[in-house]
Amino acid sequence: MMYFSRLKTAVILGACLLGAIFCIPNMFPAPAAWLPWRIVHLGLDLRGGSYLLLEVDMQAVIKERLNGLLDGVRQALRPGQIFYSTLQAEPEQNRILLRLRDPGRTDAAMAALKPLVSAEGPAGTPDLDLASQPDGTITLTLSPVALNARAQGAVQQSIEIVRRRIDETGVVDPQITEQGNDRIVVQLPGIGDPDRIKQLLGQTAHMTFQLVDEAANPAAGGPPPLGDDFLQMQDNPAEKIAVRKRVDVDGGDLTDARAATNPQTGEWVVNFSFNSIGARRFADITRANVNHRFAIVLDGKVISAPVIREPITGGRGQISGNFTAASATDLSVLLRAGALPAPLTVVEQRSVGPELGADSIRAGAISLAVGFVLVIAFMAVFYGLFGWFANICVVVNLVLMLGVMSLLQATLTLPGLAGILLTLGMAVDANILINERIREEQRNGRPPLSALEHGFTRAYSTIFDSNATAFLAHVMLFAFGSGPVRGFAVTITVGIATSLFTAWMLTRLLVSRWYAATRPRLLPV
Amino acid sequence: MFIRPRLRIVPDGTRIQFMRGRFMGLIVSAILSTASVVLFFYPGLNLGIDFSGGIVLEARTQGPADFTQIRDALAGAGVPQQGVQRFGDPSEVLIRLGNQPSAQATQQMMDRVRAALDQKVPGTRIMRTDTVGASVSHELFRNGLLALGISLVMILVYIWFRFEWQFAVGAVVTLILDVTKAIGFLALTRIEFDLVMVAAILTILGYSTNDKVVVYDRVRENLRKYKTMPLRELIDLSINETLNRTLGTSMTVFIASLPLALFGGESISGFAWVMLFGIVVGTSSSIFIAAPILLFLGEHRLRREAAPAPVAIAKEAGPAPPPTPPAKPTPAPPAGAKAKSAVRTSPGRASR
Repeated sequence: MMYFSRLKTAVILGACLLGAIFCIPNMFPAPAAWLPWRIVHLGLDLRGGSYLLLEVDMQAVIKERLNGLLDGVRQALRPGQIFYSTLQAEPEQNRILLRLRDPGRTDAAMAALKPLVSAEGPAGTPDLDLASQPDGTITLTLSPVALNARAQGAVQQSIEIVRRRIDETGVVDPQITEQGNDRIVVQLPGIGDPDRIKQLLGQTAHMTFQLVDEAANPAAGGPPPLGDDFLQMQDNPAEKIAVRKRVDVDGGDLTDARAATNPQTGEWVVNFSFNSIGARRFADITRANVNHRFAIVLDGKVISAPVIREPITGGRGQISGNFTAASATDLSVLLRAGALPAPLTVVEQRSVGPELGADSIRAGAISLAVGFVLVIAFMAVFYGLFGWFANICVVVNLVLMLGVMSLLQATLTLPGLAGILLTLGMAVDANILINERIREEQRNGRPPLSALEHGFTRAYSTIFDSNATAFLAHVMLFAFGSGPVRGFAVTITVGIATSLFTAWMLTRLLVSRWYAATRPRLLPV
Repeated sequence: MFIRPRLRIVPDGTRIQFMRGRFMGLIVSAILSTASVVLFFYPGLNLGIDFSGGIVLEARTQGPADFTQIRDALAGAGVPQQGVQRFGDPSEVLIRLGNQPSAQATQQMMDRVRAALDQKVPGTRIMRTDTVGASVSHELFRNGLLALGISLVMILVYIWFRFEWQFAVGAVVTLILDVTKAIGFLALTRIEFDLVMVAAILTILGYSTNDKVVVYDRVRENLRKYKTMPLRELIDLSINETLNRTLGTSMTVFIASLPLALFGGESISGFAWVMLFGIVVGTSSSIFIAAPILLFLGEHRLRREAAPAPVAIAKEAGPAPPPTPPAKPTPAPPAGAKAKSAVRTSPGRASR
């Protein structure tokens, strides 16, 4: 127990050295990108920044899918002249309800609808469940598997779009990750006031070009004519405009959008260009509708509805609509980044200004220093030389903790700082158990070496049992906690692991070396 | 200072009869825990934003904050002002607002507060804004409770696995009593109960278990060592023998947490105070609660009826006393008690 082979000694010291080496990257910036420069990151609560938890509106995803299906059903039934009395989406039940006028044509309808079912689910499972009843009622239900895949896709796509939008704002080092089934975590270091980013993320930015129905008059009241929608004007919600439902060109066909000023009027505009498909369609539409108005619609609101003076064939265009410099820039960012598949809502926000973060670091550092001194002094006063062995271990333990956390690229939060302090206190607990046991064994009449042997062996099971339970509790905290509290759980679990190593290996090594060197007749415990 | 220890927390070889105070300890603990449960329902916990949802803004004014001015400014903007309070430093203001019906409403409310402060209390800087939606706060609360519950079960299973079931039950009952007291402390001090507090309570759980394990470990060892000593004496002996350990380990964690409570800043000091409270409770409960419970549960199970002549509590207590042959099963212990010997005597385990 008290004998250490050279190899073992080398391994123990090597591990400590390795821990120290892993700490080094924290002190310097990475000299080269290819170096594995792993460091402990400061949490947003310490460096300042914002944490946003966004929720993808899955109901909207389902609704959109059902609306797409409605069109599909209409088109599928038209050629066969199959008439229906009801055709409606029921998003709550994830299905479309269709009631035929003539129940006798159910089979024909089912045959016509069959092509709508595609095997988009995993392992080729159908994405739609077609069912009919003798009374001519047909339901098209989205299968849960396909829904899941769609939701998954929506989240992935949203993450991509969110990333592009945030990158456009020039935030350094944003972190965007998926959480659960329908949530996205956005971490923005250094951004204490994320209002602009929230604004950018709060719009789906689905842009469409639709023709204006000049015959209809929204001001007259009554429901919009068939195939039309009454949409609000962006800068004047009271004013409505009749727009054809048919989408002529979609914002997805945009390749670029830039904010600029119109040299003649000096007002802010957004210049855009289409890809080849968009350009061709835009050219066709404008050619066929010269002197008519078309509407540029963003998220269900009309930005502007200019009159087409001449065909636009170059695939380039300009949006004007009472923009300011900021709103023009934002719109261009949104258009460049693309539309979100579904609206996002901010369900949680934590923003800390850099000033508060710096205050927290200062307060944490003071507490850490005072706590460190108190613990060291306590061990020295109550355990003398063996207390100093413990103190060496405390220092090594701190280094190892930092090393392991660097290796894990863990995040240090304010509760994490508290965790380090607690670990300081708990790391010496193992030494207290060992020292007390050695002292007891010596009082029971054992000679020094034997007292040491028994002290370490017998204290071990207590140390292990008591740390195991604390370890379990903090693993649970990590599993169920979130944000800064997770940082706390990480520091404590890492601290428990490293303190087991220092108490069990390093203390024993130190004591055995000291014993071999001095051969005392009585242990000063 | 450098070689020999200067001080001992308690002198060696104390013979305090802790088990005499076992009823007292349990009664005091029961009263405190009952009071805590009452406090939990009335006035209840001061739920932090993590669990209640809503908006928290921390602002720093230039010079000491003028609360009338701030309240007026907020009232002018139609913001409820009962949630305005001082936060540590005189220049720090905390504005707490309840749950808003939607994300948009939340954003509008924040904008209004900001605009009002900007106009009416110039020079005010917003240091921190937290908003938590209702659905998220419910989830956080559920997860916090889950973490606590699962940890308790895991501790129960672990101790059961490593010791006898009486130890596990004793530990977990004590832990539950400890946790209720911590909750009572939170309710009484009006410290905000949030995720960090769950972390504090879990740490107390883990930490308090440490303490119990130290005592229990010694009880287990002594059960093997002194085969015939009555359980009550044996538990007293075990507590006395480990007193320096129990107190020492608690004191180190206590002095490590103390600076955090004093200098750690407003957002973490609540955590530290709860830790300090938990350490004191946890340490005393190891002695006055966990041990008596073990005595009650184990009186007839861990140990047969007290042998008439206990082996002298030897001061020298050599490596291992001559093994007394496991007494023949004495006539059936009182009703209910199983005759099964719960004491593990396998030499392999004893030597650990």
